[in-house]
Amino acid sequence: MSTRTGRKVGTPQGVVGTSPLRPDGIPKLQGRFEYAQDLAAEGMLWAATVRSPHARARIASIDIAPALAIGGVHACLTADDVPGRATFGLEHPDQPVLAAQEARFWGEPVAVVAAEDLDTARRAAAAIEVGYEPLEALTDPEEANRRDEVFRRMRIRRGDQSVRGAVVVEGEYEVGMQDQAPLGTEAGLAVPDGQGGVDLYATSQYVHVDQEQVVASLGLRPDQVRSHPTGIGGAFGAREDVNLHIHLCMLALHTGRPVKMVYRRSESFTGHVHRHPAWLRYRHEADRDGRLVRVEASVVLDGGAYASTTSAVLANACYFAVGPYTCDSVAVDGVGVRTNNPPCGAMRGFGAVQVCFGYESQMDRLAHALEMDPLTLREINALETGHPLATTGQVIQTPLPTVEVIKSLQAMPLPEAGPSDLPTELPGGSGLTSEPQHVTRGVGYALGIKNLGFSEGSDDYAQARVRITDSGAVVETAAIEVGQGLVTVLAQIARSALGISHVEVAHVDTSKIDSAGSTSASRQTQVSGGATLEAAQRLRERILGQFDGDVLDDEGVWRGDTLVTPWTALAAGDWEETVTFRHPPTTMTDDNGQGVAHADFAVAGHRAVVDVDVELGLVKVLRVDTAQDVGLALNPQSVRGQIEGGILQGVGLAVMEELVMGEGVILNPTFTDYLLPTILDAPEVEALLIEQEGSWGPYGAKGVGEPPTISSTAAVAAAIRAASGREIERVPVRPQDIALP
Amino acid sequence: MTSLFREVTPGTAEEIPVREITVTVNGQRRSAVVEPRLVLAHLLRQGFKLTGTHTGCDTSNCGACTVLVDGRPVKSCTMFAVQADGHEVMTVEGLAGPSELHPLQEGFKEEHGLQCGFCTPGMMMASKALLDENPSPTEDEIRWALSGNLCRCTGYQNIVKAVMWAAGKLDGETAEVQA
Repeated sequence: MSTRTGRKVGTPQGVVGTSPLRPDGIPKLQGRFEYAQDLAAEGMLWAATVRSPHARARIASIDIAPALAIGGVHACLTADDVPGRATFGLEHPDQPVLAAQEARFWGEPVAVVAAEDLDTARRAAAAIEVGYEPLEALTDPEEANRRDEVFRRMRIRRGDQSVRGAVVVEGEYEVGMQDQAPLGTEAGLAVPDGQGGVDLYATSQYVHVDQEQVVASLGLRPDQVRSHPTGIGGAFGAREDVNLHIHLCMLALHTGRPVKMVYRRSESFTGHVHRHPAWLRYRHEADRDGRLVRVEASVVLDGGAYASTTSAVLANACYFAVGPYTCDSVAVDGVGVRTNNPPCGAMRGFGAVQVCFGYESQMDRLAHALEMDPLTLREINALETGHPLATTGQVIQTPLPTVEVIKSLQAMPLPEAGPSDLPTELPGGSGLTSEPQHVTRGVGYALGIKNLGFSEGSDDYAQARVRITDSGAVVETAAIEVGQGLVTVLAQIARSALGISHVEVAHVDTSKIDSAGSTSASRQTQVSGGATLEAAQRLRERILGQFDGDVLDDEGVWRGDTLVTPWTALAAGDWEETVTFRHPPTTMTDDNGQGVAHADFAVAGHRAVVDVDVELGLVKVLRVDTAQDVGLALNPQSVRGQIEGGILQGVGLAVMEELVMGEGVILNPTFTDYLLPTILDAPEVEALLIEQEGSWGPYGAKGVGEPPTISSTAAVAAAIRAASGREIERVPVRPQDIALP
Repeated sequence: MTSLFREVTPGTAEEIPVREITVTVNGQRRSAVVEPRLVLAHLLRQGFKLTGTHTGCDTSNCGACTVLVDGRPVKSCTMFAVQADGHEVMTVEGLAGPSELHPLQEGFKEEHGLQCGFCTPGMMMASKALLDENPSPTEDEIRWALSGNLCRCTGYQNIVKAVMWAAGKLDGETAEVQA
């Protein structure tokens, strides 16, 4: 072994706390990055899906003969062809892989076809004759509740229920159905392995749970199905549930050929779950000093036709129904109903978004009733470390800088008085409809809180492997990069822990590593990051122990000033460490909703500034500034990216994004009618990152993806309320809600 | 795609309803026999395997499929392939050579102008059209030029910064040449 002396002392490049550039950035910028839409294989067939045109119908017959008669069609599969479990589902397998006797929502898959090319597949899908007998659709959530068509009921009772306050405000609020609208639609490729098994490459946030569901419905052994992480054009919750995954694997095994499917946008709107629409009733009671003494809430979420994650979304909505405020007398009743509307499930914020609009509207009403500054009222009631969560009674153990969030918002400078002289910058924009004298400005504030990681006793874990390579190290994980930057941050964590500069992240398939859990609940930085940190630390300790060294760096192992093991020698060894990380355990709550349901929390606040043309009902969101509790920002540039993007999704829900339903039918399933904020709609954002040590995430990091989306909607609504004088009891705020209240 | 597209040697097109077209794509003349209903986006993606041009909406709203046709930004899902016959098309793959980055690509990289990256090629092509016309755009001019391109990840702040960065870099390069 060659030895050398004279170690160069320095910090490796790209460690935590810096903002190294995305490793997938260059291929994405060159158009070389392979998204699921871009996949191809030799001999590949194309697939298409037959969908129910009714919100509810009995399926009397399905005739596939006309489709099979078309040249180039290789398979037409229906419910009868599902080899294994007929249903799937993230929490309860209640959703048919293909509808059998009854279709229960508009757009539900009834049959799938595979053909030589996409055109033929679509023609074949259209040629399948399905005999539907339309049935009365249950689309009213209240009626569903009366009929006891429910996925879950929640009941939370905490403290003395007889407490009453001197000042009482009540309100009813409604939140429309939002879509995640990732720019890449659902897409995938399934490749048969020639031995009865299949490899799946499909859009996903959670490949292991896809694999489990494919295994169950195809009746295969787990080792026969490998689900591979693949390139994804955004997710935001839309890719937690299975959609085309089982279909593709069925078609691939049936035909013995690789099969590809890409949803059209209109299909994507029916092919994934949405954010639950919500109906909220609140009663807040306070003493004359503004202390909350009693909060009562009722939460109704429409889960649509199948369970998806409704029970967990409902739990979140109820647990965070009071917001980041203390209160010792609380009653929350929640229900997630089953209807014939589209299934709803995960979307960024996961139940915490809907209730935030309710409780923050209430806090503003209370401030008004008390003639108190709205931020002062919030500060008086701020929930912080050491306090019990108002609903579950769980004492907050990790840092929760609610007061600092409030004070930061207070300190942020406001923009110059408006409105603008430029007509295009007024509400209505290029429509040039507003005149400055009809435009009023409003400022609104809101705070939000959410859990980080899975809750209610879930065994929430992530596995990661760190392996020494010729050039440095690789982190192997099945965690999904959806655009958020996990691929950057896991490498940063490993660099910091190992003390080296060259670390790559490899997203490996389900046969190579155990689950990383879902890329959701703001959890991967903390959970997969935790696994990566621990694996890297153990690996470093083992290496140093083996060679009796005291420093590991890019050159190898050092003992004092002597290089005792150069990197080439390390790389020749079989150095790897695999760690399964679990966050602090949580429990299911009791019959009164009491217990330690959550592993960690994050708080954020937003201040929105809007111009409103009250006569026309038009809104221009000028600024949304924020202060957010991030634990430690491992990659400040990525954190800001999450914040800016998350805020815009909140703005979308506040003023434009809604799936409009008509008797169970989505009336606007295109980007022509489902409006997404454009670059002209995007407000300026100033983000203050509040860092405090103490969370269990790597280096004290907290998840940052969801908090930006939670209270930004409520802040914009509050600003519109301030500008217009309208009550604003639903989001998105429509022109008629302002102009014709 | 077989029914819509077949790459052939020039002059060998057979029966209707197909038509032979020749398009200069990223500087290279390419001929194909296509059905008149084939849109340019699909010719590029499925036909020429240039999958850097993305399709996100089918309704010409998202702009992920934006390419340059004779230097002007076009949503390639709104244009038939036959309309591109005899014209020059530039896609993201043509922005720079394989081992180099165009200043726009550098700007998006440096300013964290992408997350999932799905909108990015379209954003850059629309930005290139802007910078070719207006090398020193204001922030407002950038926003107007990109108002037909949707991004769901970034909130657009860093996209504006990325284009400003590229404008600055191009300006510097121009100054160097002049000096």
